Amino acid sequence: METDVLVIGGGPAGMSSALSASQNGSKVILVERDKVLGGILNQCIHNGFGLHYFNEELTGPEFAHRFRKMVEKDKNITVLTDTLVTEIGDHKVSVMGKNGVFDIKCKALIIAMGCRERTAGNISLNGTRPMGILTAGTVQKMVNIDGKMVGKDIVILGSGDIGLIMARRLTLEGAKVHAVLEINSTSSGLKRNILQCLDDFNIPLYFNTTIFEVVGKDRVEGVYYGQVDEHFNHIENTRKFLKCDTVVLSVGLIPEMQMVKGVSINPKTNGAFVNEHYQTEKEWIFSCGNILHVHDLVDNVALEGKQVGLFASLYAQKKLNNGNLIKVSHSADFAYVLPYTLFEGEEEVEVKFRLKKKVVKSFIVAISQGNIIAKKYVLAGVPGEMMTFKFSKKGVKEEIVFEVRENGKI
Amino acid sequence: MEKFNLTCIMCPLGCSLVATKDGDKITVTGNNCNRGEIFAKEELTCPMRIVTSSVKTEKGVKSCKTSKPVPKAKIFDVMKEIEKLRLKDAKYGEVVIKNVLDTGADIIITANE
Ligand SMILES: Cc1cc2nc3c(=O)[nH]c(=O)nc-3n(C[C@H](O)[C@H](O)[C@H](O)COP(=O)(O)OP(=O)(O)OC[C@H]3O[C@@H](n4cnc5c(N)ncnc54)[C@H](O)[C@@H]3O)c2cc1C
Ligand code: SF4
Repeated sequence: METDVLVIGGGPAGMSSALSASQNGSKVILVERDKVLGGILNQCIHNGFGLHYFNEELTGPEFAHRFRKMVEKDKNITVLTDTLVTEIGDHKVSVMGKNGVFDIKCKALIIAMGCRERTAGNISLNGTRPMGILTAGTVQKMVNIDGKMVGKDIVILGSGDIGLIMARRLTLEGAKVHAVLEINSTSSGLKRNILQCLDDFNIPLYFNTTIFEVVGKDRVEGVYYGQVDEHFNHIENTRKFLKCDTVVLSVGLIPEMQMVKGVSINPKTNGAFVNEHYQTEKEWIFSCGNILHVHDLVDNVALEGKQVGLFASLYAQKKLNNGNLIKVSHSADFAYVLPYTLFEGEEEVEVKFRLKKKVVKSFIVAISQGNIIAKKYVLAGVPGEMMTFKFSKKGVKEEIVFEVRENGKI
Repeated sequence: MEKFNLTCIMCPLGCSLVATKDGDKITVTGNNCNRGEIFAKEELTCPMRIVTSSVKTEKGVKSCKTSKPVPKAKIFDVMKEIEKLRLKDAKYGEVVIKNVLDTGADIIITANE
């Protein structure tokens, strides 16, 4: 098989970029290992998706459904479901699926494989490894897709959104969620989820607290937990026992980059370094969605996919022009600012960033050669929320540095 | 007079609100804009939530939701109604319970299949 643009991954990033590449005149093949398009959204049955993109509050499967219908209607997109990409070569990928094992050649490739979850091994959880230690995404799939319950007495480690959502879901299904333990002093989850998933059901959330040790031979029998100091060392005299049969881990996501060889990776995002056109170091490979940086809103994933589909389509048609490079850097107040390089030119550009700390009534400023070239006022920004900043880079030729100016002073 | 401490969830600023209930009258302080006041009043009088769950069918479980928010106090009762269902199959967009427990909300299938 052969195509202009090949997309790996049929989640929102892959579907949105495939649609956009096709609308911009390219032939597209979209490869998804699962039976249905939709990605992780199919198991996120709660509401809160699409407020920005569709101006309507949808559940995950509904958001996926709308995109899937658009993709299936598009005559320039060939969808291969039940098909796994096993290797990325040079302008080609190898796949394995219901139609056998074969190669697909392409002019441009979009990697949109999403994330996998950190596991007990990844975070070196102490104690035994009995049955009943599961990641939140696995629990989400078991309960929402397979219709199976996972346990009766639950402890959740990590207060990210997936953990919070699962605390509510398991409670509604009749389990007792005894506590959510968070090693940091704040939650990376949305406040709305803390209110509607924990407070509504009187589920306690303990900060600066973690599991010291898991106990149990065949099945989890309980956990020893307690507080940590600022270096995350266990404070032994706070050690307590909590009886439970299930430990749910919600301790972060890692981009699915193992298969992508020969491109350098940003240790802050674990995704590829990309330029303004979302090209990786291998210029025929483009990246978007959670595999590039973890998004909290699917709306932003869809918008990023749309941008990247256009760039990949232009590249496949040999119409993508990259200008001279402008480096992007930032102060210690940011976790990252993406893309990592821009091009000289007239157009406006939008950068995406995450802060390292909460800022209130502050300016985000872009500085080049000592001059402020753009600024954006933020009433409040938190690390849990990806933010964007659109500005004109007209006339800019040198490195752009992003900084935060607090208390409304520039 | 009763006092309630709430954190506003309407924007990332997360103002700490103090709502004082005096009979029917609710006064809110600590908010930086009026969305905070609306939020606190609703939480104190009749907090509403969309309920999402899944329905059992012969073809496996299918995700569903209430078509609009229902009173928070009725969440578990609505769950019971959903749990009672045993369907042959259910398709995207299908209404499987009309006006559940007189809340005015329908139970709709959301599964992407
Ligand atoms: C477990 C989990 C739960 C989440 N829950 C929520 C939530 O409750 N609320 C929320 O707002 N956000 C949630 N998110 C975030 C959510 O993932 C993003 O908002 C968004 O769905 C990411 O879109 P994506 O297209 O980048 O990735 P995904 O939706 O993950 O899609 C990636 C797709 O690529 C496919 N794929 C991967 N590798 C291959 C391969 N080698 N060959 C073929 N196909 C492949 C996968 O099967 C998948 O369909 C969750 C994320 C995870 C990992
Ligand atoms: S009161 Fe207004 S400013 Fe404060 S958190 Fe609520 S919405 Fe934001």
